[in-house]
Amino acid sequence: MVLFAPILDMVDSPEFFIEVIIGGLVAGVMYSLVALGFVLIFKASSVFNFSQGVLALFAALTLVGLMDGTVPILLIDSGFPLPAWAAIIVTGLVMVGLAFLIERIVLRPLVNQDPIILFMSTIGLAFVLEGFGDILWGSEVKALDVGIPTGNFLIGEIQLQVFDMWAAGIAAFMVLVLAVFFQKTRLGRALRAVADDHQAALSVGIPLRNIWIVVWAVAGFVALVAGIMWGSSSGVQFSLSLIALKALPVLILGGFTSVPGAIVGGLIIGVGEKVAEVYWGPMVNGAIENWFAYVLALVFLLFRPQGLFGDKIIERV
Amino acid sequence: MSAQERVFNETLLSVENISLSFGAVKAISDVSFDIKKGEIRAIIGPNGAGKTSMLNCINGFYHPQLGQMVYKGAVRKQMKPHETAANGVARTFQNVALFRGMTTLDNIMTGRNLKINKWKTWLLAAAIFVGPTRDEERVHRAFVEEIIKFLEIEAIRKTPVGRLPYGLQKRVELGRALAAEPELLLLDEPMAGMNLEEKQDMCRFILDVNDEFGTTIALIEHDMGVVMDISDRVVVLDHGSKIADGTPDEVKKNQDVIDAYLGVPH
Amino acid sequence: MFYREAGQLKSSYAGDEAIFPIVQDRWAMAVLLLFVFGVLPFIGTEYFYQAILIPVMVYSVAAIGLNLLTGYCGQLSLGTGAFMAVGAVACFKLATAFPEMNLIIVFVLSGLVAAGTGLLFGIPSLRIKGFYLAVATLAAQFFLSWLFNKVTWFQNYAPSGTITMPPREVFGFVITGAHASAEARFVFCAIVVTILALAAKNIVRGPIGRSWMAIRDQDIAAELIGYRPFQTKLMAFSVSSFYVGFAGAMAFALWLGSVETAEAFDINQSFQILFMIIIGGLGSILGSFLGAAFIVLMPIILTNVFVGIFDMQAVTAKHIEFIVFGGLIIFFLIVEPQGMARLWQLTKEKLRSWPFPY
Repeated sequence: MVLFAPILDMVDSPEFFIEVIIGGLVAGVMYSLVALGFVLIFKASSVFNFSQGVLALFAALTLVGLMDGTVPILLIDSGFPLPAWAAIIVTGLVMVGLAFLIERIVLRPLVNQDPIILFMSTIGLAFVLEGFGDILWGSEVKALDVGIPTGNFLIGEIQLQVFDMWAAGIAAFMVLVLAVFFQKTRLGRALRAVADDHQAALSVGIPLRNIWIVVWAVAGFVALVAGIMWGSSSGVQFSLSLIALKALPVLILGGFTSVPGAIVGGLIIGVGEKVAEVYWGPMVNGAIENWFAYVLALVFLLFRPQGLFGDKIIERV
Repeated sequence: MSAQERVFNETLLSVENISLSFGAVKAISDVSFDIKKGEIRAIIGPNGAGKTSMLNCINGFYHPQLGQMVYKGAVRKQMKPHETAANGVARTFQNVALFRGMTTLDNIMTGRNLKINKWKTWLLAAAIFVGPTRDEERVHRAFVEEIIKFLEIEAIRKTPVGRLPYGLQKRVELGRALAAEPELLLLDEPMAGMNLEEKQDMCRFILDVNDEFGTTIALIEHDMGVVMDISDRVVVLDHGSKIADGTPDEVKKNQDVIDAYLGVPH
Repeated sequence: MFYREAGQLKSSYAGDEAIFPIVQDRWAMAVLLLFVFGVLPFIGTEYFYQAILIPVMVYSVAAIGLNLLTGYCGQLSLGTGAFMAVGAVACFKLATAFPEMNLIIVFVLSGLVAAGTGLLFGIPSLRIKGFYLAVATLAAQFFLSWLFNKVTWFQNYAPSGTITMPPREVFGFVITGAHASAEARFVFCAIVVTILALAAKNIVRGPIGRSWMAIRDQDIAAELIGYRPFQTKLMAFSVSSFYVGFAGAMAFALWLGSVETAEAFDINQSFQILFMIIIGGLGSILGSFLGAAFIVLMPIILTNVFVGIFDMQAVTAKHIEFIVFGGLIIFFLIVEPQGMARLWQLTKEKLRSWPFPY
């Protein structure tokens, strides 16, 4: 049974196996971050936001550009590189501005349209943002270093990356902040109300449009964090937006409306594809990381279509 | 109409001890009533009484946790909506559920979907069109034209229904249900949001359908005047339970019904 | 003034159900066909056929395919490229394994293979409402690209990793391979496109088309009046995949001749075809043609303007192209979801009453 041979490998060399799993968890955290931004928007506005990955790319591009002191469009050196903290703040503001523009230009005119129309409009948005980001900041691969420590250390015989620990810590912190935001703040409660029922939320005086801007801004902020983590570990480049598409299978696994689902789903997919790639990949010439997440999601659909944490939907006539 | 009482013997559908809940919310609890062949049966009650849920159960869209339905003399298994449709149940909806991108004619043609011969219109025949598919289309087009004439909507035949006023949309929806030649026609608030004239038209169509085609009709309606005028028997629901059942006159005098509508605390 | 339907009364359902009920439209169509088959094959240059006419034909078929699914049945696919790849690979394998097989049969079988593959990805995802098909087709996109790239059987073990169409003839004309003339390939494409477009039009105006549109517009009501959502959507997806696969076979055999499947039919291809139907018009066969022509011509024009006239770098022009396409998508979705086809229809309505609009 050739297919089971890798399991023996895992048992033979548990340290290596654990390293693979940790690598998978770290990649999974990245998927979770993108999926998280997606869930926020989907919950609050039922918009299936295809552009979440491109938002992350856009944020990362802006951040790098500011830190390098690049003049937008002209792509020459302005001689005023911003320190990391200032660049992050400015980028955050840019993302809020972007959320405002998106609501104004794209979402508002499409209120009450079919979900499929909104979905397709976010595909259009993804293309605009991608082209725009590249024109503003140039399209070559850029290194991003916001000062997250690197290096590695050993626990027993297992080698760990300092950067990975930071990534996991920051992601966990993000989830905590979002949880507090949703549960404890007035705005968070308004957001949850809108998610439950648009009409009812409107009727108790929650301004839907502002809420949407807020949600997109929060999603933009999540995208910024995802962009920082991802850009720091593998460079800021176009392929980032493609990898971010893997947030979609994550959502099938976790359920489209569940914040914990996005996190757990991301981790499962991250670990699953790493393990599959390392142990089973060599049998089939490798590169199964490209599709493993999607096919896993597809198989999952057969058994639990609402996802791990999704709600069963009651339909009305 | 209710003045001279009509007599119906054969039971078409009998609803027996139906209970339906969504999680902790009880929508219908232990409701029983029957619908006789050929009658116009009204289901009334205040908002949230469980009327539409009841229609959805009859329709096979919701599946009650308890109780059973006996339809045409046989206990009905759990059915999918398209199966109940195939069994001669058609309906209209509280909030018009027409196919907005299609014309009036096409909408009503969709009502024929179960009558259209699948073999004459299978994929390849449909792709070629000339021949069996075209012949079949013409047969059904002729039938649909009769309905269009009956409902007096000739002028809007080729208009996309999304552009029609609400009253006309309701009429087209009735047409779509009629196209299925149903034995049991379920109407969910057929007159909601209509002006007096439109209501009168709709009443006339409902009575004509019942009269000319002998179609059994179960309807939900809030306009009490209309309900008392056109229905043979009325069942009253409140908070998911049946509180009265009988002829319009009996129901009108029932103290529980009066209380339910005037909001006496339970 | 000359475009009038007054006086053209229909006395039978036959007259009313025709694709072009107005006499002038029938004439216009006849003139168009005459032009395509009687004039175009004699006046074009090699570049004109290879860079414009043939790609427009090929993409029209793919766009019709996606439009059947998205425009008519309301389901979204992001894996159009993958199903074109299936068609291309199937065409290659069939043509090389059965050299005697008529090329038309090869094309039809290629389409059927794509339709079957569509079923495989449609069955788990179409049972449920929502955007699951979009994710399932993404799965198809990434998985199939990988499969055709890594499993060398699909390339007949060619070391280059490319597949190349062997020369074949139909009715005595060489239409594939290095020696097939551009004119011959164009005429063959045009014939095929005409037949496929007519078939699609027939399907959508009949009972099957109504079932698709019913599911698109109001899936719950559709189910309650007797349609079966899963079967209906699955049928739309497999018919759509047939068209897309057929287009893939055409792209490979009649247009490109030799392709590296994973690259030629990547995810950008999927988006491009989606853009064609949004810009051309969702739920319109005519729109599929308009959109295909637009998306083929637009980059050529943009490149010529920005690189040729403004002397920009090609890569910047590419980015501007992204913004223009994305912007047009949003514009059309907001302003006119029925796309260029609807604009054309409005023009005709204006023309009908011109010069006295009241």
